Amino acid sequence: MPVSVANSKIIYQALKGCGVRLMSALPETWLLHLIGLADADPDMILIRLTREEEAIGISAGAHLAGVKSALLMQNHGFLASINAITSLALLYKIPLLMLISYRGHMGEKDPWQTCGGRVTEPVLQALDIPYDVLTEAAQAQRQIAGAQVLAESSQTPVALLLSRQLMWEE
Amino acid sequence: MTRIEALRILYPDIGEDVVVTIMGAVAAELYSLGHRSNFFYLEHAMGLASSMGLGLALSLPQKRVIVLDGDGSLLMNLGTLSTLAWYAPKNLIHIVFDNESLLSVGGFPTATSARADLAGIALKSGVEFAATVRSCDEFREAWQLAQKRRQLSMIVAKVDASGPASFHMDLTLLENRFQFQRWLREHADENTN
Repeated sequence: MPVSVANSKIIYQALKGCGVRLMSALPETWLLHLIGLADADPDMILIRLTREEEAIGISAGAHLAGVKSALLMQNHGFLASINAITSLALLYKIPLLMLISYRGHMGEKDPWQTCGGRVTEPVLQALDIPYDVLTEAAQAQRQIAGAQVLAESSQTPVALLLSRQLMWEE
Repeated sequence: MTRIEALRILYPDIGEDVVVTIMGAVAAELYSLGHRSNFFYLEHAMGLASSMGLGLALSLPQKRVIVLDGDGSLLMNLGTLSTLAWYAPKNLIHIVFDNESLLSVGGFPTATSARADLAGIALKSGVEFAATVRSCDEFREAWQLAQKRRQLSMIVAKVDASGPASFHMDLTLLENRFQFQRWLREHADENTN
C-alpha cells in the first residue's frame, strides 16, 4: 500500500517532539503507519476507537489531567464528531490536536470520499477551528509544532489536514 | 431506590477521587449534596462522560476515577463499553443510573424500559465486572465490592424516574472546568487509587 512510511515517521516524530503521550485513532488507510508507530512505542498510550466522538472525550480527560494528546482520524470521522467538538471541546475550551486525513480532495479516485472532501474545510471554517494543510514533508514538523502551540495557548481545537501529496506515494 | 439515595451512599467515599458526571439530574443531585473541586459535571456532549473517564483514568493511573452516567447518555455511545473493556483501566468505576427514561427532557422512555440490558451489553463487550442492582442495600454492596476489586467495574443502578426539585447549580461551566483542572494538577501526585 503506497502510504508514505517516511512522511508518517516525520509526522510521528513531530508529535513526539511536541510532548504528545496519548493518541487515539480509528483505522484508516492513510493513517496505517502512524497508528503502527504509536502501537510499537512503549511510551505512547494508543487508544483504538469505535467512533471518533469518543476521542474528543478521551482527549478532554487527558488534557485536564495534564497529558498532551493527538487525535488521528479521517475527515469523515471529523464530520462524525461535530457535536462532541462543539459541545465539549469548544464549549469547555479544551485544546485538541486533530490530525485529519484529507480524503476526497484532488486526486481522489474513490467516489464515496468526494462529498466529505468538499465540505471538510468549510465545516472547519464554520466552527472557527484554525487549520493548516500539510503538503510538504520539509514543513510538516514546523506546522505540527505550531498547531500544538496554538491549541494550548488558545485552548481550542486545531486541525491539520494530511494531504494526499504528503501521505500517498503514487 | 432513588438516585439521590445512591449518591448519598457514594458521597462519603469519593472525596479524593476524580469524578465525572453527566448533565441533568445526576449533576444537580450530586451538586446538591455539596460541590467539591474534584467533581466535573459534563453539561452537554451526551455519551462522552465515560470517554472522558477513560482519558482521565489512563492519564492518572494513581487516581481513582468515578464516572456517574445515565441510561440515555450511555445508549448514545454504546461503543464506549467495548473501548473501556479493551483498555480496562483498573482505576475506573462506571456507575450508570438507569431510570429507563430521558427524565431531564420530559421523561420519554429509553430502550432500557423495553429490552436493553446495559450490564449485559457491558459484559458482552468485555467488561469483566458489571452488575445491575435494584435496592440501596444491593447498591451499597456492589459499591463496596467495586472499591475493593480494583478492576474496571460497572454498576447499573435501577433508580426511580424522579429528579431534583431544582436543576439550578451556582457554578458556570468554565468555572467548574478550570477548578477541576486545578484540583487535578494539585492532587495528581497523590496516590489515592
